[in-house]
Amino acid sequence: MIRLDSIERVFQVGNENVYALNNVSLKISQGEYITIMGPSGSGKSTLLNIIGLLDRPNKGFYILDDVNTTDLSDEQQALVRRHKIGFVFQFFHLVPRLTASENIELPLILAGMKPEKRKDRIKLALEDFRLADRAKHRPDQLSGGQRQRVAIARATIMEPQVVLADEPTGNLDRASGKEVIEILEKLNKKGIILILVTHDPDLGNRAVRKISMVDGKILDDTLALESSKYRLSDK
Amino acid sequence: MLTNDFIKLALNSLISQRLRSFLTALGIAVGIASVVLLTSLGEGIHRFVLSEFTQFGTNLIGITPGKSTTTGMSGAVISNVRPLSMNDAEALKRIPQVIAVVPVVQGNAQVEAGKRSRRTTVFGVGANAPEVWQIKVALGQFLPDDDPAAARSFAVLGSKLRKEMFGMDNPLGQRIRIGGERFRVAGSMESKGQMLGFDLDDAVYIPAAKALSMFNRESLMEIDLLYAEGGDADEVAKYATDLLIARHGKQDFTVTTQEQMLEVLGSVLEILTLAVGALGGISLLVGGVGILTIMTIAVNERTAEIGLLRAIGAGRIQILALFIGEAVVLASIGGLAGLIVGAGGAWILGLFVPALPTHTSWFYVVTSEVVAAIIGLLAGVMPARRAAGLNPVEALRAE
Repeated sequence: MIRLDSIERVFQVGNENVYALNNVSLKISQGEYITIMGPSGSGKSTLLNIIGLLDRPNKGFYILDDVNTTDLSDEQQALVRRHKIGFVFQFFHLVPRLTASENIELPLILAGMKPEKRKDRIKLALEDFRLADRAKHRPDQLSGGQRQRVAIARATIMEPQVVLADEPTGNLDRASGKEVIEILEKLNKKGIILILVTHDPDLGNRAVRKISMVDGKILDDTLALESSKYRLSDK
Repeated sequence: MLTNDFIKLALNSLISQRLRSFLTALGIAVGIASVVLLTSLGEGIHRFVLSEFTQFGTNLIGITPGKSTTTGMSGAVISNVRPLSMNDAEALKRIPQVIAVVPVVQGNAQVEAGKRSRRTTVFGVGANAPEVWQIKVALGQFLPDDDPAAARSFAVLGSKLRKEMFGMDNPLGQRIRIGGERFRVAGSMESKGQMLGFDLDDAVYIPAAKALSMFNRESLMEIDLLYAEGGDADEVAKYATDLLIARHGKQDFTVTTQEQMLEVLGSVLEILTLAVGALGGISLLVGGVGILTIMTIAVNERTAEIGLLRAIGAGRIQILALFIGEAVVLASIGGLAGLIVGAGGAWILGLFVPALPTHTSWFYVVTSEVVAAIIGLLAGVMPARRAAGLNPVEALRAE
């Protein structure tokens, strides 16, 4: 469960204060599928970073699983990221000198899991994401779609509650993009909260809940239910 | 994070930049090698000099006339120094733990044998001299243990003197003249070589009493005491001091234990070794700067990776440890290579130039390896702190 309460994030550009997020409140329940859309600079990436605990708001509360994360120290936030949040990036962010399976293994290594236990998990993940024959390949030997599948495997290896994807198909051709989205949606069906930031309206329309942002504010938050639309808020 | 994985990750990123890691480690290796090589030379010289000084044994105490302190009046005005006499030497023999006592008078005299003659050093000593100074008799025997007041006129030749005077002939029983007095050759010594410029082989040994009268002296130049192995030098020295004060009425002599002398000498040589080690340390410092540079570049290059690691749950401390770990591993590998090169170099040097004494001391080996690791640590801290302090959002945006 995610609850954002009047979040503000201000960046100083020269002498001016720029509001990347301006009084944003949001509630997300377990297993939701949400897309965040909006023009460049509308604050959607900042919102994602705040939810992912990579960034701290200047004002407001962020409660994740009944824990007020704004009170947590840096190291505690790192622990929450490790166990509850998975990231998928537009540029994959694989470590170039590690093989596919080693990249997937990284979060387990950071968590200090024993090698024997890691092996089983990775084997399973490689099979789930159809990467078993690519396990020993380095990122530069993989196609874009395969790289993003490795990245998703890495994001989910710790069994997080939330997967945050920032333009996950932005660097992929249509076919691979579709495949990646289907994988993410499958994860969502298993109960993981999926939050997708995208420019692509086709992608945006696939989600049950659509949030559109402009100038650091939530413009529209709609729920598509059985072909009819309900407005969740009128902000 | 498990230590094993930690080392694996550090090694992995070092291996992925093979040439760069090699060159950086080389910098440290050169530093460590020079420290090890130079200190090996220093230690070798240290040992060489000490062995020169201890070739007469280490359980020695020397007593010389005169007190080496400055008082208000010049010793020349009232020369009230009592001579060290043969009787003093006899008395010192009674100190517990003392095994042997050698009175010493040294001078220079003409030695004549047959038609040959040569000026040489004359040592007036007691019968115990070979035992105290650890010189061996090669032929015949040393001076007999006569009553010092009525010592017979026997002489013992140093090996060089024997060769010069008698060549290949047997000198035993031959009559020679030393400083105009007649002596009979009782034996000759093995070669002992030089000690700081004194040729101990170009010498003749005669009874101390004879030497006193030959050189017209009242006082012995020195009395050497040999005390039992494992004895307490300070205790024996105190006994000797008390005894001589009782005999002389005051302390007009100086007691020097071999231990004191070696201590002073050893500390001087220690500083020499340290100084050359510090010279090598400069190149080690340069190697450390190399690591600092490379780690700074690495942090810049891997900014996106740092952002990613933070995103998947690495804390600042883990990032810090990862980069410091890389620097330490790099420095340690370089240090190990330097150790092998340095110690091997010292060994080869000793093999090809035997005159040049080298000795690789474990102390310096372990110290330099630890120093290498510490240099890696220090050089790694600054870049690693930068890495840990990066804002993850901005770090992820890099590339």
